[in-house]
Amino acid sequence: MPNLQIRVENLGKKFTITHKPHDPYTALRDVLTDMAKALCQRFASPSHHSRAEPCTEEFWALRNVSFEIKQGEVVGIIGPNGAGKSTLLKILSRITEPTTGTVRLKGRVASLLEVGTGFHPELTGRENIFLNGAILGMTRDEIKSKFDEIVAFAETEKFLDTPVKRYSSGMYVRLAFAVAAHLEPELLLIDEVLAVGDASFQKKCLGKMGQASSEGRTVLFVSHNMKAVRNLCPRALLIKNGSVVMDDDSDVVVSAYLRENLGISSPGESRWDKLESAPGDVVKLKAVRLVSRNGAPISRVRTNEPFGIQIEFMTLIEGEKFNVGVYLFNGNDIQVLTSIDNHDKWHDEPRPAGLFKTNCYFPSNLLAPGTHNVTVQIKRIMPKPTRIFFRVPQALTFYVDETNTVQTNIYNDFLGVVRPLLEWETQFSQTTSI
Amino acid sequence: MEQREIIIEAGRTERQYWKDLWAYRELFYFLAWRDILVQYKQTVIGVLWAVLRPLLTMVVFTVLFGKLAKFPSDGAPYPILVFSGLLPWQFFAGAFSGASNSLVGNRNLISKVYFPRLAIPTSSVIVSFVDFLISGVILVGLMAWYDFWPTWRVVVLPLLVLVAFAAAMGAGLWISALNVKYRDFRYVIPFLVQFGLYVSPVGFSTKIVPERWQALYALNPMVGVIDGFRWAILGKDAAFYLPGLAISLSLVALVLASGILYFRKTERTFADVI
Repeated sequence: MPNLQIRVENLGKKFTITHKPHDPYTALRDVLTDMAKALCQRFASPSHHSRAEPCTEEFWALRNVSFEIKQGEVVGIIGPNGAGKSTLLKILSRITEPTTGTVRLKGRVASLLEVGTGFHPELTGRENIFLNGAILGMTRDEIKSKFDEIVAFAETEKFLDTPVKRYSSGMYVRLAFAVAAHLEPELLLIDEVLAVGDASFQKKCLGKMGQASSEGRTVLFVSHNMKAVRNLCPRALLIKNGSVVMDDDSDVVVSAYLRENLGISSPGESRWDKLESAPGDVVKLKAVRLVSRNGAPISRVRTNEPFGIQIEFMTLIEGEKFNVGVYLFNGNDIQVLTSIDNHDKWHDEPRPAGLFKTNCYFPSNLLAPGTHNVTVQIKRIMPKPTRIFFRVPQALTFYVDETNTVQTNIYNDFLGVVRPLLEWETQFSQTTSI
Repeated sequence: MEQREIIIEAGRTERQYWKDLWAYRELFYFLAWRDILVQYKQTVIGVLWAVLRPLLTMVVFTVLFGKLAKFPSDGAPYPILVFSGLLPWQFFAGAFSGASNSLVGNRNLISKVYFPRLAIPTSSVIVSFVDFLISGVILVGLMAWYDFWPTWRVVVLPLLVLVAFAAAMGAGLWISALNVKYRDFRYVIPFLVQFGLYVSPVGFSTKIVPERWQALYALNPMVGVIDGFRWAILGKDAAFYLPGLAISLSLVALVLASGILYFRKTERTFADVI
């Protein structure tokens, strides 16, 4: 049974925010003038209390945070900006003190809240490796023994004796990460450091982190890179407004976070309950929702399961002929496909007045994982002239969850708009002559 | 391997503090090494500056106080009198102004990495100490030039260096911690240093201060330190006022102790206010 590496109980951090637009630090001058002002005010207008409004406010960056992490676990921490993720890491790495609660940590801790902390621009690459290593808590002998590895990892052999201020930003970041990557702590705290560097270097960094975890180190990884969290961390914490709101498998947490972040109030459905305000006139849109292959409403879509988009609408006048169209876009606003109901039995039929539910089914293994949205349109074809009753852009936004049916490599995104399971076939013949 | 457990709690950094200080002992060296390296990077004459500054100051003071004002020289060549005062003073002044900005100047470190914060002002004091050692070599050269040799008293010198170090540390800790919270201090420091140069017996001997003011004068802890230096280097003719030294020493002890306490008390909030 693995040991407990971190136990956090009831952790809280309070900041006092000042509502005056001045510097974060106090100037003695201000303290003195404020005192003088207060004194003057008391003499000048003793009844004037309203002016002495409280200009500070308490703000809990973290509140009642509790969790446990076992040795060797790799845990992702996700959440919106300002949720308290970085504050949590700062407390765990002892940069700042908590206001309430306790943390028990075991083993050597190294935190990597920023790449290149303590690099001095005037010093050479060689000098900075030693300096940065010492700041991160390595001993001189450790740095010496890892020196060649660090240099090789950073690919900056040629510039070792050049001041780092002359480095390109890429070289700078590579060198800085290389030093940090060669720390060998039992507990590694990482804050969004992979946002820097080019793709191949990011890949290298992720690889190094994966290696750290396979060597049995405990890693806490704050990131907005959902892909990386999902692939590196089996477990994830979701932090919102200073509290841990979810602690589960990273797949579950990431999907929940993404869905929530998309602002879908009732997941998998958009409804227009009032007929007056619903889109359209002769034909009114009532709802757009996700359904399973047998038509039951669902809230999530997985890459390996078929699903449908149901459009519910009401015709107020009978005798209209129209077609229903679905335009699917992905998160990058690239149109994935267009589909019209022209194989439906109602197509080309004059419709009676009433409520219709039209399902458009998607096969499994078609869409790539990620955010998608549909634009829904109903267009009259008879009687002429043709006319669009309504076109609702982004009528429904949904997320396609990853399932590893296609063998995914942890570093590479499967690029592209769709991700079908294609059939592959290889032929082989035992010959070496052409 | 038995892993040590760290407990993080409000107001409970004490426990690991001194252990950490030991664990991070190399950082003191590295930070000082960085500051020394950086100080003379991209300069033409480099370390020569460490020689030139005290030397030129000494020349000016010798001309001003020795030749023009004709102050007593305590039985030693005036340049040696000046230099033996200049040595501790420059150490103190350099450490003081270096330490004052050290925390603010290393803001990014403080807000991004944990290590005992004491390492930062301490390493600025160490940097000044290295300059002090270089100046010490000049003094030896100067004494050789004037063929002026110290007596047995010179063995007390390391002790006095320790006192100077304590004074510099105490003042440096105070000012660096205060400067984190109240940035006013960065304007006060150059003034304080300049002021201190005139109220300390650097360019002249304490002898020219009337007897009845000696005790008051000794309230400046650098008076005791400088007098001690002269006593050790110049020999029997040097001004020496024992009660004054006692006052200075106790003041140094007070400043150092209170400096450490204040620094320890405020350092936990450094990352939040810096």
